[in-house]
Amino acid sequence: MRPFTKHTGIAAPLDLANVDTDMIIPKQFLKSIKRTGFGKNLFDELRYQDEGQPDQDCTGRPLREDFVLNQARYQGSSILLARKNFGCGSSREHAPWALDDYGMRSVIAPSFADIFYNNCFKNGLLPIVLTEEEVDQLFKEVEANEGYELTIDLEAQKVIAPSGAEFSFEVDAFRKHCLLNGLDDIGLTLQESDAIKAYEEQRIKTAPWLFEARSL
Amino acid sequence: MAGKTLYDKLWDSHLVQQRDDGSALIYIDLQLLHEVTSPQAFEGLRMHGRKPWRLTSSLATPDHNVPTTVEERKSGVNGIADPVSKIQVTTLDDNCDEFGITEFKMTDIRQGIVHVVGPEQGATLPGMTVVCGDSHTSTHGAFGALAHGIGTSEVEHVLATQCLVQKKMKNMLVRVDGQLSPYVTAKDVVLAIIGKIGTAGGTGFAIEFGGEAIQSLSMEGRMTVCNMAIEAGARVGLIAVDQTTIDYVANRPYAPKGDHWDMAVEAWSDLVSDADAQFDEVVVLNGADIKPQVTWGTSPEMVIAIDQDIPRPEDQADPVAREGYARAWKYMGLEGKKTLADITLDRVFIGSCTNSRIEDLRSAAEVVKGRKVAATLKQAIVVPGSGLVKAQAEEEGLHEIFTAAGLEWREPGCSMCLAMNADKLGQGEHCASTSNRNFEGRQGFGGRTHLVSPAMAAAAAIAGHFVDVNDLVKQ
Repeated sequence: MRPFTKHTGIAAPLDLANVDTDMIIPKQFLKSIKRTGFGKNLFDELRYQDEGQPDQDCTGRPLREDFVLNQARYQGSSILLARKNFGCGSSREHAPWALDDYGMRSVIAPSFADIFYNNCFKNGLLPIVLTEEEVDQLFKEVEANEGYELTIDLEAQKVIAPSGAEFSFEVDAFRKHCLLNGLDDIGLTLQESDAIKAYEEQRIKTAPWLFEARSL
Repeated sequence: MAGKTLYDKLWDSHLVQQRDDGSALIYIDLQLLHEVTSPQAFEGLRMHGRKPWRLTSSLATPDHNVPTTVEERKSGVNGIADPVSKIQVTTLDDNCDEFGITEFKMTDIRQGIVHVVGPEQGATLPGMTVVCGDSHTSTHGAFGALAHGIGTSEVEHVLATQCLVQKKMKNMLVRVDGQLSPYVTAKDVVLAIIGKIGTAGGTGFAIEFGGEAIQSLSMEGRMTVCNMAIEAGARVGLIAVDQTTIDYVANRPYAPKGDHWDMAVEAWSDLVSDADAQFDEVVVLNGADIKPQVTWGTSPEMVIAIDQDIPRPEDQADPVAREGYARAWKYMGLEGKKTLADITLDRVFIGSCTNSRIEDLRSAAEVVKGRKVAATLKQAIVVPGSGLVKAQAEEEGLHEIFTAAGLEWREPGCSMCLAMNADKLGQGEHCASTSNRNFEGRQGFGGRTHLVSPAMAAAAAIAGHFVDVNDLVKQ
């Protein structure tokens, strides 16, 4: 996994609450058996006027000009600002894959849906929770200033605005550690194999039916 | 010391390792796999030269992409017309064969929607931890199992380690007191709960559903309620184990037998929250107040009782809500409409992991029996949740009731719930759907979904628009 330490980039304001994973990446693109290539279909229905198809060349498709990521000033953005309950709905990891593939490194919102939030950390994407007021302030600043960039310092757990204003955020120690170092958490868990085996040996005595072979 | 909630007990019994940083390693008893969220996980195993930790803990079946017409299903995976869907289903077959995982393939009568198949086989058992790369895994919480959806990286993590790194959730009790009125079903109950607490109301919580109205539900009904816990933001929905649970599990193919059965039943009697357990939040509804529910907008919380007027954006005090309502009104084409009955329906879908079990089909069949679907309807389809549900329904003659009334009787799969196969809505079409999500584009590009119970969907199919099923059956 790509580590996340410090990142500076253009912020794009997506002024919508309850952005669901069907919006982030519509179902027809979930048919891929790869982890990459979803970026061109990120927010497909919000971004294009027509219905997108898997494996389609998107360069000639008619754009919805009013959509934030289609506006010239937000080209190359890598930080998405959004409203509450971002990422609600399905567990599809294709949602963070699409954000990552597009070039997003972080999403800032007042709250996230649990599964989406969790999936982000597995893909080097940092979801940041700030208060409603702080997010609102960032929305106003980004909309008022073209080329508005934010800096995110994961080690210090701070979002830094161009004015120098700093916004602190919380992040779990384990997730932070994995993200800072780009660690594969399967490898980490396998270091605890003895504890897993010890659990199984104990559990099979009290609940043997859970370990019966399922061959029918 | 206060007693434990059911969630606390399930957490404690699966705790492998508590880490200093607040995270914990939790053991997983059962992982269900389907074709959409597993290919990249298997690919990850191969890339790292890893093997599944314990093969007997996994069960797979294709469901999201499978076609549901009899014609396409005749030749199994080769009958899938869409080449991309076909690759995904073939990939699941190949991965299960390569790694030695039990799979109910497309031609197997046990194939179906994972969340119907697991309980039906007795693979889902009380007291288990159950995961699947699908957010509706919360369904299995109906059995007093700790069950939730995970992403593909976690699917790979569970395959490789049998564990998940987790942080403990908070406890919420949603109590529905008293009895439900006629034709008010589990679906109406859970939609009413979502309407009350909102789609983010349960974020960070494991919700236990309790109270007389919940306890009176069948296992099918309890699965419907837990299925939609995620639509209230909660990854986990739970219902305490009682005799209804045990009677359902008994004698299922994968359920324990003999001495192990007796031992299991004894252990399962503890799968209830202690009387003095503390919940972080308690929400109470009165069952008798709940009426048949219909969603009008593009989020499951945009829901009203059948006799209410559609709420207008300008009546919303909160500016973010007002904007959300305005967007939903536009998308749903509600301008000039006052009540749900003013919406002309194009299609009706009865199916999905929420409402495709035998009880759901019986309930819909009872309503359409001896009646005809409205001539204005383009299509009404009934998609059973599994091959075994289909067989049971046919044994009871339900398929004949449906087809006589003008509904199509299909093969099992996720179908129009998320339109990954050929079953989808056209642009601007309104659908009465027994599924779980009414998001923009969910059932097809530009499609307009209204979530309802099977009985309400059946009534809507007959009337051509929404109607209180209680009024329809009196006619």
